[in-house]
Amino acid sequence: MDLIDVQEVRVPATRAELNVAAGEKVLAGGTWLYSVRETGLRGLVDITRLGWQPVTHTDSGLVIAATCTVAELSRLTPPSLRTDPVRAGGGDKSHGDPLALFWQCANSLLASFKIWNVATVGGNIALALPAGPMISLAASLDAEAVIWMPGGGERRMPVAEFVTGVMRTALRPGEVLREIAIPRASLESRTGFRRIALNALGRTGTLVIARRAPGGQTVFTVTGGTTRPVQLRFDGLPPASLVESRMRAIDYWYDDAHGSADWRRAMSVRFAEQLRRELQ
Amino acid sequence: MRFSVNGSPVDADPAAGQVLRTVLRDLDRFDVKKGCDSGDCGACTVLLDGDPIHSCIYPAHRLEGASVTTVAGLGSSEHPHPLQKSFVDAAGFQCGFCTAGLIVTASTFTEDDLGDLPRLLKGNICRCTGYRSIRDAICGRPNTQTPASGEAAGQSVRAPAGLRIATGEEEFTLDFRTTGLLHLAVLKSPHAHARIRSIDVSHALAAEGVHAVLTHRDSPGTLFSTGRHEMRTDDPDDTLVLDPVLRFIGQRVAAVVADSVAIAERALALIEVDYEVLPGVFDPELARQPGAPLLHADKGTDQRVAAPERNVLAQLHGEMGDVDAAIASADAVATGTWQTQRVSHAALETHATRGWLDADGRLVLRTSSQVPYLVRDELCHIFGLAPSRLRVFTARVGGGFGGKQELFTEDLVTLAVLRTGRPVQYEFTREDEFTVASPRHPMRVSVTLAATSDGTLTAMAVDELMDTGAYGNHGIGVMFHSVHESISVYRCANKRVDAESVYTNNLPSGAFRGYGLGQVIFAIESAMDELARTLGMDPFELRRRNVVVPGDDMVIVEPHAETDLIYGSYGLDQCLDLVQGALAGPLPLPDSGWLGGTGMALAMIASLPPRGHYADATVTLLPDGDYEIGVGTVEFGNGTTTVHAQLVASALGTTVERVRIRQSDTDVVEYDTGAFGSAGVVVAGKALLAAASSLAELMLERAYSISPLSGGVVSGGGVLVGSLFLSASELLADGPLTATGRHDGTPRTVAFNVHGFRVAVNPDTGEVRILQSVQAADAGTVLNPEQLRGQIEGATAQAIGTALYEELRLDGAGRVTTTAFRNYHVPRFADIPVTEVLFAETFDALGPLGAKSMSEAPYNPVAPALANAIRDALGVRPSELPMSRDRLWRLASGAAR
Repeated sequence: MDLIDVQEVRVPATRAELNVAAGEKVLAGGTWLYSVRETGLRGLVDITRLGWQPVTHTDSGLVIAATCTVAELSRLTPPSLRTDPVRAGGGDKSHGDPLALFWQCANSLLASFKIWNVATVGGNIALALPAGPMISLAASLDAEAVIWMPGGGERRMPVAEFVTGVMRTALRPGEVLREIAIPRASLESRTGFRRIALNALGRTGTLVIARRAPGGQTVFTVTGGTTRPVQLRFDGLPPASLVESRMRAIDYWYDDAHGSADWRRAMSVRFAEQLRRELQ
Repeated sequence: MRFSVNGSPVDADPAAGQVLRTVLRDLDRFDVKKGCDSGDCGACTVLLDGDPIHSCIYPAHRLEGASVTTVAGLGSSEHPHPLQKSFVDAAGFQCGFCTAGLIVTASTFTEDDLGDLPRLLKGNICRCTGYRSIRDAICGRPNTQTPASGEAAGQSVRAPAGLRIATGEEEFTLDFRTTGLLHLAVLKSPHAHARIRSIDVSHALAAEGVHAVLTHRDSPGTLFSTGRHEMRTDDPDDTLVLDPVLRFIGQRVAAVVADSVAIAERALALIEVDYEVLPGVFDPELARQPGAPLLHADKGTDQRVAAPERNVLAQLHGEMGDVDAAIASADAVATGTWQTQRVSHAALETHATRGWLDADGRLVLRTSSQVPYLVRDELCHIFGLAPSRLRVFTARVGGGFGGKQELFTEDLVTLAVLRTGRPVQYEFTREDEFTVASPRHPMRVSVTLAATSDGTLTAMAVDELMDTGAYGNHGIGVMFHSVHESISVYRCANKRVDAESVYTNNLPSGAFRGYGLGQVIFAIESAMDELARTLGMDPFELRRRNVVVPGDDMVIVEPHAETDLIYGSYGLDQCLDLVQGALAGPLPLPDSGWLGGTGMALAMIASLPPRGHYADATVTLLPDGDYEIGVGTVEFGNGTTTVHAQLVASALGTTVERVRIRQSDTDVVEYDTGAFGSAGVVVAGKALLAAASSLAELMLERAYSISPLSGGVVSGGGVLVGSLFLSASELLADGPLTATGRHDGTPRTVAFNVHGFRVAVNPDTGEVRILQSVQAADAGTVLNPEQLRGQIEGATAQAIGTALYEELRLDGAGRVTTTAFRNYHVPRFADIPVTEVLFAETFDALGPLGAKSMSEAPYNPVAPALANAIRDALGVRPSELPMSRDRLWRLASGAAR
């Protein structure tokens, strides 16, 4: 929709021009910002013309620019690993290959492939909705958020900690999410994916990704069902009872039109156990 | 900036924060629609440098050098894109408002994508079709026919506007340019109950670009109802154009008229209002208890408010026989309480009106309405205008479902045009549709049924409480209708009804497909299923034993009441047999961990509303042998226009292409009550058929007067007498040939629907998979099989939405929390199974060529049939809609929330 309060859109071409004043917001794809009226939003700073390489393969892993579109990201999953999302989460065995996650998480977006052409990875993470599937992806792969600080310099933190609550992040005024860095070790793990919504391709009720590193360490990442990402880490493959008790100890289950808290908790517990067995 | 649209370069200077959709519409590219303006529905889909995007959320400042393709860029009526032709041939649309976006989206699909449609189409909402015909269109499967002259009735004729819709050429309500247009925005009440102590509009009025600010001080003092009916006294007089008392969050406080929507919206913040906040009540049970805040204490029976001292708008309390005694002596009793939710119509075109003064100073309103004549008449009543000073018309309307049997935008536009003398537009946002338009009434319905061991019903007791919200609207009619055919379909000696329609400080509810029947049928048919279980009897058999058959009175609680409702035909027996037969086939075993279940339910409906439904129609012979028809019925996906053309073409021995249609305009014919209560075919259709038959007589008389012959037939736009053909121009040489027809909507007949489901339910997650869905319909003569199939599929899809997904949520203090499609799940392609549609073979004594209405009715049996199947699978009965996964999981696991 037309953002009628916006007086100016700035489109910086270099980092030197990139600054965000009070009353302004960072604009990436815009598929969220232009979908709601936000009173008092006076200006936008469009970061999509800074020339950031969407995906970079480095020695230490995979770097995904904040402005990488969901469409570009989804193509990181080779066609042979692209599962049918209509049945995903319904107890189907998942691909063990972490590369399958890019496709699965892209398809966990409520929006369709048309939105993927514009929506960005960084925008989805910085929006910090519980159901943000780019958060699920990045958190489950222990990705780090690289944050540009105003006036130069950067800081890094796990994406799982970057999202602090419903539409709340660790970003400070003037900061910009630059990229996420996925460590190589995460991409050498075995993974499993489960998701459920209140309808076949709906907004996530809960999404659980389990990952088992070559050394045996296992981490369960819950998103969507909780108000912020939850990670349960174990040195090896934990017994069922331990996973369940740790899951049930979580006390910030989300409750909204996309599922009640009790159902989200039950589905998360169920998925964690399914994935635990799958990664045995 | 420069970019290209459909290959042509354009210059534009978009405002900061503007989106591509509005830039395109500013350039008169009206084929790009607004369904939600939030990227959820896909109606605005265009190609940007070849990639499909939602133009309503695409920043316009990025357009420099871009290439944009809209549906009109894919093809035109003269040179359609293969998909555009395919959507017409497959009948892949009903209202057609989503079609442009669907075609643009599908134009990017490859052969390999055809197996991936559920995923690829999750960004496109169609509220009308149920998606099966859209799949056919995309896969190139035609469903329509081109009948020969005189043979249109009974065949699957294409919609007359088809190719114009598929190419984006057909105009909907706001798809035209008006110079000097002003826009209206509304300041909405932040309080659920308050009184305006004072209101200062001086700052808003002083803002640049603001032309008027309207408050309750400018409002006519005439009370009215936004709900519209043939008789205005059917609805309560409890509403003002602008009321100093605010009774729900979102109610109009004031309106700003300005040069643009943005200016008007921004000026709202400059209005200073001092509110006296009043206590509110949000639960209809509490609202009718002593001591509750009263909403309409100043009104009474003169305004048709039954008991304002306890917030009761309408009530029905009656008993025949002795229900308690029958229950006490019964062999089997089933009882329960069922709760239904608010459901949004979600018609893709939002409510909107554009008004102006014509050259004679007459007020003209072009509106998204199902009832232009009723709107005209009520506006004349409110504003003291003579009917000759007001013209109301519609272009094609983008969906209705009862939601546009209302007066939501026309009154404010009238006030604004009369004040400013300028053209003014008021367009609802999607959020308005969720927060201030009128959803389906939520109801709590308790039912007790009793029977003897042989399955004879001996008692039927229904206790209904419905929340009508802050204004009465359709709250009287819906309540009475809800307990009518739902109860009178069963023969039973002892019946009791206690129904109340109660005011609360929630948003007002309104008319919605089925008009209350769906809610009560959900309860009664669930109870019937439970009774069958208690008796150990097949549910079809229990129905057969107790449903009314021709000769039986259709009774609620008053035996032998006077009525104009008769059995013009009867096909309920066939419907029961058809569905039972369809469910008898083999079924794949559900996956491990899933439980299988079967369920059915039935529904009866009167073919149109009571107390009169009138239509005038004209048919005129044109010199080229075409016919022009004039009819009041609005086309909003009901398909009535297609059937009207078929009826006329058949009666006059021609083809539908030769029937030109003028419709839905108070200037076109004398009167038409409107397109609601499923009346379009059986009332206006009958009037048209009468007019066409009269015209045929007139043409023959004319032929015999100018030639010495006799024994001719009307055919090919003229009269054929033996081997001699008298053409239209020859017949018209002696003067014009026009005939009129009229129908008064009485007596009325009944139609029937039976739905059956087989499902698998996962008790560990609450997921429901529909393995089989079948509906049998008794629609009399089927005038257009493909269109009727589409209506039934679409109604089934809408009802599956109600049954499993849709829920307008409130926070308990009157605020709607589901204000966008992303939080209110309208079924998508992935959610809707194929429904087998079966027709009973009947011929109705009353309807045109034996046809009955069939547009609301198919909705009504779906939710209970699905609930009964889920009950069969889980072993526990769902009693609350929607039967969402979280609710079913909780039910199956026995967990308390």
